[in-house]
Amino acid sequence: MSGPYQWARIVSGPQNRKTRPILAYTLRRLVILLFSLLVAAVVLFILLRLLPGDPANALLGVGATEAQIASARAQVGSDQPLYVQFISFISNLARFDLGTSFVSRASVVEEIGNRLSVTLPLTILGFVAALIIAVPLGIIAAVRSTKWYGAAISVISQLGIAIPVFWVGILLVSLFAINLRLLPSGGFPLKGWANLGEASTAMILPVLTISLVMSASMLRYVRAATLEVLGSDYLRTARALGSSFPEALIRHGLRNGAVPVISILGIELASTFLGAVVIERVFSLPGLGSMLLLAIQQRDYPNVQGVLFISTLLVLLIGFAADLTQRIVDPRLRDRGAGTP
Amino acid sequence: MSLISRRNLLVATLLASAAFSPLAFAQDYDADATIRIGSLYEPQNLDNTAGAGQGINEAFNGNVYEALFQLTDAGTVEPKLSADYKVSEDGLTYTFTLKDGVTFHSGEPLTAADVKYSIERVTAETSKSSRKKSLSTITSIETPDDKTVVITLSARSISLPYNLSYVWIVNDKAADITATEDGTGPYKLEEWRRGSALSLARFDGYWGDKPTNGEVVYQYFTDATALNNALLTNAVDVITSVQSPDSLAQFTGNSAYTVTEGASTTKEILAYNDRVAPFDNVKVRKALARAVDKAKLLNSIWGDYGTLIGSFVPPTDPWYVDLTGVDAYNPDSAKELLTEAGYPDGFEFTIDTPDYDPHPLVAQFLQSEFAKVGVKANINIITANEWYTKVYQEKNFQATLQEHVNHRDIVFYGNPDFYWGYNNPEVVKLIAGAESAGSVDEQTAKLTEANKIIAEDAASNWLYLYPQIVVSASNVTGYPVNGLNSQFFAYGIQKAK
Repeated sequence: MSGPYQWARIVSGPQNRKTRPILAYTLRRLVILLFSLLVAAVVLFILLRLLPGDPANALLGVGATEAQIASARAQVGSDQPLYVQFISFISNLARFDLGTSFVSRASVVEEIGNRLSVTLPLTILGFVAALIIAVPLGIIAAVRSTKWYGAAISVISQLGIAIPVFWVGILLVSLFAINLRLLPSGGFPLKGWANLGEASTAMILPVLTISLVMSASMLRYVRAATLEVLGSDYLRTARALGSSFPEALIRHGLRNGAVPVISILGIELASTFLGAVVIERVFSLPGLGSMLLLAIQQRDYPNVQGVLFISTLLVLLIGFAADLTQRIVDPRLRDRGAGTP
Repeated sequence: MSLISRRNLLVATLLASAAFSPLAFAQDYDADATIRIGSLYEPQNLDNTAGAGQGINEAFNGNVYEALFQLTDAGTVEPKLSADYKVSEDGLTYTFTLKDGVTFHSGEPLTAADVKYSIERVTAETSKSSRKKSLSTITSIETPDDKTVVITLSARSISLPYNLSYVWIVNDKAADITATEDGTGPYKLEEWRRGSALSLARFDGYWGDKPTNGEVVYQYFTDATALNNALLTNAVDVITSVQSPDSLAQFTGNSAYTVTEGASTTKEILAYNDRVAPFDNVKVRKALARAVDKAKLLNSIWGDYGTLIGSFVPPTDPWYVDLTGVDAYNPDSAKELLTEAGYPDGFEFTIDTPDYDPHPLVAQFLQSEFAKVGVKANINIITANEWYTKVYQEKNFQATLQEHVNHRDIVFYGNPDFYWGYNNPEVVKLIAGAESAGSVDEQTAKLTEANKIIAEDAASNWLYLYPQIVVSASNVTGYPVNGLNSQFFAYGIQKAK
């Protein structure tokens, strides 16, 4: 064991204290997660009912008679008093029964599963690609901040933050699809991922769009965290104890720098997921976002509730995973209980 | 076919019917080709009586399902599954004989029981079909044998064959058709991925002429630009209905694409609530009609496309007459009429405006036109769903913008309970009388008369008729150009080898 490792151990504290607090923290955090989910469901229910309009309208056209309107309202249950609707909503939710769509009459869970097969790969691939771009460039921008290319990376990333994501999408389509004819401009194959080749090519431009935009802000965080590490006492100490600069940076700097970045990444991943809504529209992808937009237009309550409930769950889970990862990476946080870092 | 202006509508229709003939390109097309159709109108389910939206007509009418009669792309009503029919002297009993050799996609033969079942699906208590009302005179459907259907009516109904063209004939053993189908059409449903695409494969057991292609894929887009890009990148072969004239520049004057303008039935109107002041005053309505430069409005929205209309009736309805001169643009006379009506200083009112194109733009244009004659219009943007509750059901509005897509829908003016509340006993009588007319000529005469009266009354402010623009790759021909009632018959489409 070299000197710097000994030093790191002193900071982390005794090893046997590691597992129990993490377990307790996880449990506490899970309770909070379930509670947040319940609150989100109630808020959702209320907000949806506050919107003007009626879900029965989506089933009807101009020319419908009074009797037809009444029958449509009875079919979707919008003629019931709010408290009756609320009780059935909560009791179904407790059984994880998201119901069937008013309009398409398809099972909401099944449909969400179908849509997630587009949105999840899009989010995850976009996020990973953004990380691959942002981490090395962010570190270079910090370490070489005095060089012209370090400054250039900084400036370009600032520009990236300012550009709206749909605009990047349109630019990429115009370049790669319309002018160069290299990639499809949008849409998703009828057979989905069973047609792996076409499905993958359909994903390239959307993933590229997300990763370009997301990497710009991520790069800023990585750069800031790295700059902080560079100016830290422990890095200087590690250097003094004989580590080379890259060795010190990788062994001590990365882990320390990662702590603030991870909590930001949790938020970024969640916003990548939500940003996929916009991207799905630009590229006409059959994901969760396009399902949600249509469901809102039609006041298709089961679909809206289902999508928002699952999205909330995913976002909460991402936050949960980020907090947990942060505690694994940084032992100092483990004793601090359930509060946000 | 190249770009066809609205002045050459007739030419477009003639060319289209030529293209429709299977003989025209008999040697040159690929009989097994896959035709990829790009559209913005994805059906929400597969049942046209359960809120599936206009997309289901586009994909399934005539392609997957057939009816006793068919509304053709030219606007005529032709027999389809009905081989022959007789009407009793009093006009109350229709006896239909069904075509021989027709089978459903499931292999079951077509019988009279299927027809009875299918009509009752539309007239049923729980039916959401907008056609339910027009079939309300049916009192009984009998099936004396497998090939004969006898429909008895409570009152004469000259449009019965026309109304039956909207009734899909479904196998009576098919319980739920919201996600599957069992029709008699030239295509059967192959696969449907919600939010993405729907494919139809040629049905080998079809009773009639075989389609001139092997497969049709409707590819759905949520964004008009994405749809246009798909055609530009050869991801689709044809776009069913272009909704923005700006995008047409990419296709016109390019020999790789064909742009056609057909006759649409979609009317953009400013409907007043004729029950409430000041719109219960015909002079006010006429004044507001004269205050709007509709040619300028149409041009600003659609450029050289689209058609001006002087009433609710488009040129493809048999009772069309050119009424654009009745309340032609004349702001000075609009001001005079307002003074005569007791509003020398104008008045203020609110236009409930659906939040989607082109309504907000149209509302702004109207606002500035009305301001020139001293009338202040406020714009209240609402969603389509809210429109249905507030305007259509509760009739709680002063004026509203809406696009009315249906063919032959002047009958709405004969219903004083309709959302716009136009109530002229003479028109009510004419429209009811037209339905119980003894001949098509009598029906046409009565509706023409009603048409002239609603125009004189300025019952609503009819702004313009949308163009129906189809763009295709130039190697694809034979598609319908008019798209009446949103139909898009795919069986005549040919793709050059």
